[in-house]
Amino acid sequence: MNTPLSSLTTATSIAQAVRSGDVCAADVVDRYLAQIVIRESDVHAFNLVLTEEARQTAAAIDAEVAAGRDVGPLAGVPIALKDNMCTRGIPTTCSSKILNNWKPPYDATVVDRLSAAGAILIGKTNLDEFAMGSSTENSAFGVTHNPHALDRVAGGSSGGSAAAVAAGFAPIALGSDTGGSIRQPAALCGVVGVKPTYGYVSRYGLIAFASSLDQIGPFATTIEDAALVLDVIGGHDPQDSTSIPQAHPSLRQVLRTQDVTGMRVGRITDLPEGADPDVTERLEVAFDTLRAAGAVLVDVQVPAFAYALTAYYLIAPAEASSNLARFDGVRYGLRVPAADTNAMYSATRAAGFGPEVKRRIMLGTYALSAGYYDAYYGRALKVRRLIADDFDRAYRDADVLLTPTSPTVAFPIGSKGDNPLAMYLCDLYTIPTNLAGHPGMSVPFGTGADGLPVGVQVLAGTLGEAAMFRAAAALERSMQ
Amino acid sequence: MSDNRLVNPLDNGRPTLVDNLIDGWELVVGLEVHVELATATKLFSASANRFGDEPNIHIDPVTLGLPGALPVLNRHAVELAMRIGLALDCTVQPSTFHRKNYFYPDMPKAYQISQYDQPINIDGHLDLPNGQRIGIERAHLEEDTGKSTHVGGPSGRIHGSSHSLIDFNRAGVPLVEIVSRPDMRTAEEARQYVTELRGILLAVGASDAKMEEGSMRCDVNVSVHKPGTMFGTRCEIKNVNSVRSLGRATEYEARRQIAMIEAGETVRQETRHWDENDGRTYTLRTKEDADDYRYFLEPDLVPLDPSPEWIQAVREALPMLPGARRTRLGAATGTAPDSEAVMVVVERGQDDYVLAVGHLGGDVARALVHVKEAYADQGAEPSVAAQDLALLTRMEVGGKLTATQAKAVLADIVEAGGGDAQAIAVAKGFEALDTSSLEALVDQAIAENADAWSKFQAGEGKALGALVGAVMKSSQGKADGKLVTALLNAKKG
Repeated sequence: MNTPLSSLTTATSIAQAVRSGDVCAADVVDRYLAQIVIRESDVHAFNLVLTEEARQTAAAIDAEVAAGRDVGPLAGVPIALKDNMCTRGIPTTCSSKILNNWKPPYDATVVDRLSAAGAILIGKTNLDEFAMGSSTENSAFGVTHNPHALDRVAGGSSGGSAAAVAAGFAPIALGSDTGGSIRQPAALCGVVGVKPTYGYVSRYGLIAFASSLDQIGPFATTIEDAALVLDVIGGHDPQDSTSIPQAHPSLRQVLRTQDVTGMRVGRITDLPEGADPDVTERLEVAFDTLRAAGAVLVDVQVPAFAYALTAYYLIAPAEASSNLARFDGVRYGLRVPAADTNAMYSATRAAGFGPEVKRRIMLGTYALSAGYYDAYYGRALKVRRLIADDFDRAYRDADVLLTPTSPTVAFPIGSKGDNPLAMYLCDLYTIPTNLAGHPGMSVPFGTGADGLPVGVQVLAGTLGEAAMFRAAAALERSMQ
Repeated sequence: MSDNRLVNPLDNGRPTLVDNLIDGWELVVGLEVHVELATATKLFSASANRFGDEPNIHIDPVTLGLPGALPVLNRHAVELAMRIGLALDCTVQPSTFHRKNYFYPDMPKAYQISQYDQPINIDGHLDLPNGQRIGIERAHLEEDTGKSTHVGGPSGRIHGSSHSLIDFNRAGVPLVEIVSRPDMRTAEEARQYVTELRGILLAVGASDAKMEEGSMRCDVNVSVHKPGTMFGTRCEIKNVNSVRSLGRATEYEARRQIAMIEAGETVRQETRHWDENDGRTYTLRTKEDADDYRYFLEPDLVPLDPSPEWIQAVREALPMLPGARRTRLGAATGTAPDSEAVMVVVERGQDDYVLAVGHLGGDVARALVHVKEAYADQGAEPSVAAQDLALLTRMEVGGKLTATQAKAVLADIVEAGGGDAQAIAVAKGFEALDTSSLEALVDQAIAENADAWSKFQAGEGKALGALVGAVMKSSQGKADGKLVTALLNAKKG
């Protein structure tokens, strides 16, 4: 044991130390559990901490290492999982009363892959109910607080996962991103958050919000850790028909050459305004940093960017209204008894869903209704096509684009609670990527107002993860 | 009096059916037929597709619509759907899946995955045995629902029951829905369409197509109008569970609509339930309270675009279809392709056998008649060697056995699962009468049945039977009936 445990703060270093027998997975887990004991009551990142299960898994991994077997690239690394990914026999709630204490009989594909790679599931993290929100205030089980300022939100919907990594409860976490739900909380909590290309990571076992937009991705404290996690969870899954049927090049390999010389970094000249000055200031520094590192700055236009928010708030709720129809009290989850079946549906759904979920179900049902489909959902699909086309044109001139991740730093808890539209604007810069199916990531890049973290968003075209990670790594390096 | 308590029009003296019209009204019938595909597993998951097992054993996260579960399309189901489409001369085209959203307890996801505006098969047709062509609008893939059982009540229906049980074994079973154009004009044509369609489905191995087990289900769209005018408002009839019910329900519904129109009422577009026991249809739901299904493209699946090579391979592997087999057998035997004998023998799959009798030097026309009459219990591969039947038919057309004798010999052969017709005929003491001795018997019959003879001479065909019967009796069955008839006609002059 020649490596002090306290120096191991990244998944990469932990896995290396555990694989080589330098440290015990059990000690790693105990250190993170201790941190949870100290701060979780303030932060409330978790719906469920899996203390005993994590210790058992760690012991099993240590036994494997002792027996001389290779445990995998995430050997002994604790990971926090957003509570909308199915874990066999472990409650999976989506932070909703309608699934309170529901235990899936199967594991999500990402859970299988993490487990096969030696990762240790340490807890299920809080989220906006069914991933609908940008602050993790819409949870049936309480608000998650930003570890950098407890009176501020952690962002959302994957606020629990972002906060868990920022608070040191786990070196890595998984979230899901439908309109910014990984990148925005990553920015607000000062950690790395990646939404890969649609189809890069299997959605099997991810409880759907909007199926054509949802994508799982990692939170980490370093770009390299995010690459490590993506290398483990990415790749084709025959159980998800929309997963891309090809193997992806290792992003960790990509990072071995971090040069951005000649990389074309695009600035969207018609980007909608609305970001605070402290945020845009950091974005300018990011452009300068990449240029100084050898990148070429180019101007591009994405005219349809401005219509993304509107299209998104028709498409995502439309799909959600269908995806959430299965929560009817018949087979699992909450059931509120009533006189007949229709009354039971109504009573169950009235009691089980929170107000934001109900708002989106109604919005989506309306958008798909006979007589309104063409005017709303149908037009939103056309806008979606335009957005993808505009981005594709932009990526002929640029390898990556930089934008703010969030228009603001973390805002005070309760400050937008009564204004859904203000809340929706949090995802102004992240939503277009989901509509286009492209990858995007948020890189922590200094601080803004009140010393709170600011994230810069790096975007790329379909399967442009390699360029995106190299640009992100260059930004990260400049901060060290 | 509410609409669904109409007096049964069948009780009020049956109107006459003339030229396929009922009191001057023409029926317009279109059919939507759902068939369960004969795959090993479900349309979107690996659970078994099996009927009749203990409830809720063929289930999995996808079948139950558990949160996070995703559908994966069954390739074999696509192949069977293409077989159906190609057998119906449809165009197989690139297609997509949609979600059809509605709440029902036995539908696990609260939406059904179905094909909507881009179905896999479009624009085909089916030819009835009489040659009439019925258009096929589409034949698309979709998943079946689970099955609810309502218990604790008197009727087995949901009203009055105390609770319901759901069996999800059927949920997710692959279906193809075959939608005809409204090209049928009588209940009989509808029956023929379904019978022919069933024959095709069995021939291509797409489904076991058992209406009584629900693996083939018909919804009937019926309207009536005066010929030459616009089609009337249609009603859709559900719960039609046999070909017989199909005919009855269609007739009933047409007469109900005619009675309404003639009483000055208006037919409403609605879905009606056929009650087999009291022979009526009842309102299930009207157009106004129909669900808005909020169809949209299923985001969990990708477009289905079978390669031209795959389509061609499926086309080339199709077996000969019932219509072509009837044409072939009809031509070989000199019989109409829609004659009863040809229909029956092809349906039993015994046409290859009949043709084999011909190839072995037998008489195919006689073989057709014998197989139709004597092989009802034999399958597509009869136990009697074709060689044995060939010999029998040779003896028959060679005048060595009468039709009656041949029938008796064949009965023994079938009973024994084969045998030498020559030896059996000898053992039975059969020898056909020659023409001169037969003529004597004919003259004797004329003399003994003078009354019948004079009636026969006067052109009364019925009298022939008495005269032939007399000859058969006096010859102890050895006379050839056709020859006797010919002799009588000759004598009549």
